[in-house]
Amino acid sequence: MISQIGIVLFDGFAFGMLLFLLSVGLSVTLGMMNFINLAHGAFGMFGGYVAVTVMRQLGLPFLAALPLAFLAMAVLSVLIERTLFRRLYKAGELNQVLFTIGLVFVAAAVATFTFGTVQQVIILPSWLRGSVEIAGVRFGVYRSFIIVVALLVTALLVFGLERTRLGAQIRAAVDNQRMAQGLGLDVERVFAITFALGCGLAGLGGALAVEIVGLSPSFGFQMLVYVLIVVSVGGLGSITGSFAGAALLGIGDVAGKYFWPEIGSFLIYLLLVAILLVRPLGLFGKR
Amino acid sequence: MNDTVSAPVESRDWLRRRSRWSPFEILFWLAALLPFILFQTYLPLASQIAIAALFAISVDLILGYAGIVTLGHAMFFGLGAYFAGIISVRGWGEPISGLLMAGAFAGVIGYVVSFLITRVQHLALIMVTLGLGFLTYELANALHWLTGGTDGLRGISTWPVLGQFRFDMWGYTAYGYALGVLFLCFLLSRRLVNSSFGLALRGIRENVKRMPAIGADHKAHLRLVYAISAAIAGLAGGLMAQTTNTVALDSLSFERSADVVVMLILGGTGRLYGAIVGTIIFLVARDQLAGINPQYWYFGIGLLLMGVVLFMPKGILGFLAQIVDRRR
Repeated sequence: MISQIGIVLFDGFAFGMLLFLLSVGLSVTLGMMNFINLAHGAFGMFGGYVAVTVMRQLGLPFLAALPLAFLAMAVLSVLIERTLFRRLYKAGELNQVLFTIGLVFVAAAVATFTFGTVQQVIILPSWLRGSVEIAGVRFGVYRSFIIVVALLVTALLVFGLERTRLGAQIRAAVDNQRMAQGLGLDVERVFAITFALGCGLAGLGGALAVEIVGLSPSFGFQMLVYVLIVVSVGGLGSITGSFAGAALLGIGDVAGKYFWPEIGSFLIYLLLVAILLVRPLGLFGKR
Repeated sequence: MNDTVSAPVESRDWLRRRSRWSPFEILFWLAALLPFILFQTYLPLASQIAIAALFAISVDLILGYAGIVTLGHAMFFGLGAYFAGIISVRGWGEPISGLLMAGAFAGVIGYVVSFLITRVQHLALIMVTLGLGFLTYELANALHWLTGGTDGLRGISTWPVLGQFRFDMWGYTAYGYALGVLFLCFLLSRRLVNSSFGLALRGIRENVKRMPAIGADHKAHLRLVYAISAAIAGLAGGLMAQTTNTVALDSLSFERSADVVVMLILGGTGRLYGAIVGTIIFLVARDQLAGINPQYWYFGIGLLLMGVVLFMPKGILGFLAQIVDRRR
């Protein structure tokens, strides 16, 4: 029993870290511009496709494919932000929701045209396969790898946000966008950079997720609900909140499906509604 | 003193002018009878459209008029569908009383849920509606003994409407029945939005903070319209159960909640005909495109959505109305 709990906690935490990578960008950009981007998961999906394609077509190693997925999605997101999304910052939340849902539809169709509907597989290097047994519990090496990457990213994000000039600008823009603008901060530029970073991280998360949750054109939809739960439960614009929300959801999801497969997802949604009714701004939300 | 007396009379006149029938509307409802004569092979599609349009009207009441953004309204559609289906399986197949009970059931649940809905706004509101929708879906999935779970509900049989009209396989009765319910609910909604209550809802949509300041109990208004909307959605669900004799989990699905909002946006929110026109365009286009390749459908509907949001924020009907206004 103890080892079962241990493995559920471990797998759940690894899944939560994937969700964290996929959603932290959305949390920060949503906190800054109040722009509800439901297409965030679609960047994760294309990140996965980029990784799979460069490994298969160009024969690049897995560790080179990950930064490429990050870069490709960062560049793509800047293009889309500059041409499409910026027209919608002043539009109502309903229009933002619908526009970005439309974008998810188009992304899914484009992915189907290009890659077909089959589940993609990624071939991991041998040192990432298998598992290690410690005290009777088998820890998957790849899941440990995900946790390490996510913790590194978290450390970088926290350090960057707390200690660098750009980080200070981002915090200022999240706290009070109009005041920051009034003080001469180019909020649009800060936002574009944040948006690119966030979508890049989603791309990285998508590439890492292929082995765990699979990759097909419906990835954007599958992850949409998870990402939204992390963002709303964690609270907007908060990295700590996203981290805690993602870990909670990941562990809750895996534990629910493992111990109570019948009503596992029911409990997750019950928890979501309960948390939002008690704290509409999320666990760590400030406004 | 004179002012305070004259103002209500003027506003009553204004409301009366709003609720006058235009020749276009009469033409529109006459055209709704055309499938009986011209497109008999499309009668099943026509009754699907009538049911979906009823559902879209229910969402329009809360989203278009009261400004409550919802991504989980299929919850009430599905509750109505399952209620109508389950009482039929348990031996009461009389359609009209069954439908009314299904609507009342969804309405009561809607009133209870409205206390939660009015507590939250913005992203939290969207997430709570979404969460409640998924919650109901998972609940129906778990209550296998009652709902049939993923297999769907088996053994629904609906008695003839008014003891006269059997549900035929070509769908004459189904379409006539669905159209009748749609028309009655449309009349009710039309009366509702052109009343002082409808005006209060629009006030809430435009400025939530100012309504309490002028003495309107905005939360009570929102709760009432939410319950009414849930009841109409339940009627739509019940209609689907009775006309198709099947209820499956997809009646509660997120896709249904999202689709109905898309239909509404295509037609234009805040106008009842927007809900109907949007539904017609959506379902006819899906019927045509999905026959060729479902991927075309996703691509097309995605582009259409983005285009409508960017270039026609008030929907297709709003866009047309703008053009007509400019011509004048």
